Amino acid sequence: MKITRETVEYVAHLGRLDLDPREIDEYTGQIDSILQYMDSLNALDTQGVEPTSHAVPVGCVMREDVVKESFTAEESTGNAPERIDTFFKVPPIIEVE
Amino acid sequence: MDILDLTIVQLREMLRKKEVSSVELTEYYLNRIKKYDGEVLAYLRTTEDYAMEMARSADERIGRGEDTPLLGIPLGMKDILCTKGIETTCGSNILKGFVPPYDATVIRKLKEAGFVHLGRLNMDEFAMGSSTENSAFQTTRNPWDTTRIPGGSSGGSAAAVASGLCTSALGTDTGGSIRQPAGLCGVIGMKPTYGRVSRYGLVAFASSLDQIGPFSRNVSDCATMLGVIAGYDPMDSTSIPEAVPDYQSFLGRDIKGLRVGIPAEYSVEGMEADVKKTYEDNLQILRDQGATLVDVSLPHTQYAVATYYIICTAEASSNLARYDGVKYGLRENGKDIIDMYKKTRFKGFGKEVKRRIILGTYVLSSGYYDAYYRKAGKVRTLIRRDFDAAFTACDLIVTPVSPTTAFKVGERVADPLTMYLSDIFTIPVNLAGLPGISIPGGFDAKGLPIGLQIIGRPLDEGRMLQAAHVFESVKRVETVPGRLRD
Repeated sequence: MKITRETVEYVAHLGRLDLDPREIDEYTGQIDSILQYMDSLNALDTQGVEPTSHAVPVGCVMREDVVKESFTAEESTGNAPERIDTFFKVPPIIEVE
Repeated sequence: MDILDLTIVQLREMLRKKEVSSVELTEYYLNRIKKYDGEVLAYLRTTEDYAMEMARSADERIGRGEDTPLLGIPLGMKDILCTKGIETTCGSNILKGFVPPYDATVIRKLKEAGFVHLGRLNMDEFAMGSSTENSAFQTTRNPWDTTRIPGGSSGGSAAAVASGLCTSALGTDTGGSIRQPAGLCGVIGMKPTYGRVSRYGLVAFASSLDQIGPFSRNVSDCATMLGVIAGYDPMDSTSIPEAVPDYQSFLGRDIKGLRVGIPAEYSVEGMEADVKKTYEDNLQILRDQGATLVDVSLPHTQYAVATYYIICTAEASSNLARYDGVKYGLRENGKDIIDMYKKTRFKGFGKEVKRRIILGTYVLSSGYYDAYYRKAGKVRTLIRRDFDAAFTACDLIVTPVSPTTAFKVGERVADPLTMYLSDIFTIPVNLAGLPGISIPGGFDAKGLPIGLQIIGRPLDEGRMLQAAHVFESVKRVETVPGRLRD
C-alpha cells in the first residue's frame, strides 16, 4: 500500500473536506490503486525535459490599466448564501477567548 | 422531409423566406423535449419562457431583414456555461440555485448570432466523468439503448442532439468530454484547438485542458457553430489572437492527396472487434476518396491516461477551492470558518469530485509535487512532441474515439480506473492542445454507434471539417434513432 487511511484523512483536511468513515475506507483503496497506476510514469526517463504547463505557448498578456464598468456590489454578492447588505457574512475567523 | 435532417444553413434559408418562424421551430423542439426527454433525461431544465422570448425577438429581427448565422435557431447548453439570469449548476448540489450575473463569452456570441436558448443539459458533476452518472441530479440515457450510458461528461449535450431535442448544442472537453459522448451517441462533436474558443464564463475544471465545442447532427452545423464561438477574447489570457476562417468554405472540397496518419499505438488491448472492424472499413473509405494512409507513431500514448489524471486532478483541486460556502452556492454551518468549509464541501460535492480533490491535493502536496505533478508535466511535453513528429509526415491523424461502444448504466461506477481508461484515445489530444472531432462511423452488432476521431494540427479545424464532410457525404450514418422520430 502506498497510502493509508491517515494519509487520506490528512489530504482531505488540506483540501478542506470532511469525509465519513465509509468514504475514507473506499477512497483509501481506490486512490492507492490509481497512484500505483500513475507510478507507471517512473518508467520514463524525463531528465532534461521541460514540463509543459500550457499546450499553446502564450506569454504574459498585458492590457492598459483603465477604469471600466464592472459588476455592481449587489451583483457580486447577490448569490451569497448569507450576507448583510452587500457584505459576505461568514462564521468567526478569529478565536475569542 | 424531417426538420431534424436539415442543416442550420437550410433552416436559416427557410426562416429568411418565412417558410417557418423561430417561434414554430422553438415550439417544435420544446414539444419534442416533452414527448421524448422523459426516457432520455438529457435536459436538467428547459427554459421555456426564456426560449419563447428569444424566438419572438428573433422573428422580429428576421422581419427587419437582419441576417446572422444562428438567428432563430434553438440550441441546448451544457449546464457549465454561465448564462446571465439562468441557473447554472454544473450538475452539482454545491451550485444549486446559482444564477450568474454575466454571460460566458460563448453565450454572448451565440446571443449576438441570434440563437434561442432551449435549456440546460445534464453533465457529470463539474465535468468529471465519462458517463453522466456523476451528475447530482440524474443519469442521462443513451438514445440508442436507454439501459446504457451516453458517455460523458457532456452526455446531456450528445444525447439531446442524437434524440433530436435541439438543433445543435454546446459541450466542453477536458479529456474527451465532447468527443467520447458524441462517439457513443453517434453524432458529431468537436473539441477545437486549446485557445481557439474563449473559456471566459466556462466554470473551470482543469484550466490548461478545458475547451468548449459544438455537438451537431451534420458537419455543416459543426462548421456554423464553431464559426460563431471561435475567436480571440481579451477576457481569456490563453485565447489565441488569430482570425477565424470561414469554416463553411472548407466543405465540399475533396481530400485527394491528403496524408492521413494511422498511429500504431492506438490498437489497444480490450478494443472491441466491431470497433476495430468499423475503424478499418472507415480508413478504406478515406483511401477510396484519394487520401494516402501513412503509418505514424505516438510512442508515449500508454502514459497519457496517468499523465492526464495527475494534471487534471491537480488543477481541479485548485479550481474547486472557490466553493467555500461564502460567495455562492451551498453553505452548511460550522463552529468556525474551517469547519463551515469542510461541512459545506462534504455535503455539496459528489463522490467523484471528492475523489479528484483528494488525488489532486495529494499530487500537489509537499514531498509528492516533483514525483507526480512535475513528472506529469514532463511526460506531457513528450506526448506533445510525439504529435509534432507525427504531423511532419501527415496532415491529419485518424483514430477510433473509444475502445468500446456504450456500456451499461452502473457497469463501471465502482471501478474509477476502468472508467478513466475509456478515454484513452481522446486524452492525448487535450494534453497536446490539439483540435479533435468525433464523427459517426457506423454501428456495432448491437446497433450501438461507433465514432471516428480526426485529429488536426493546431488551428487546422478547417481541414478536419473538410475531411469529415467528405466522409459524411460518402457514408451516410443515421444520427437519430427511428423510434425518436415523429
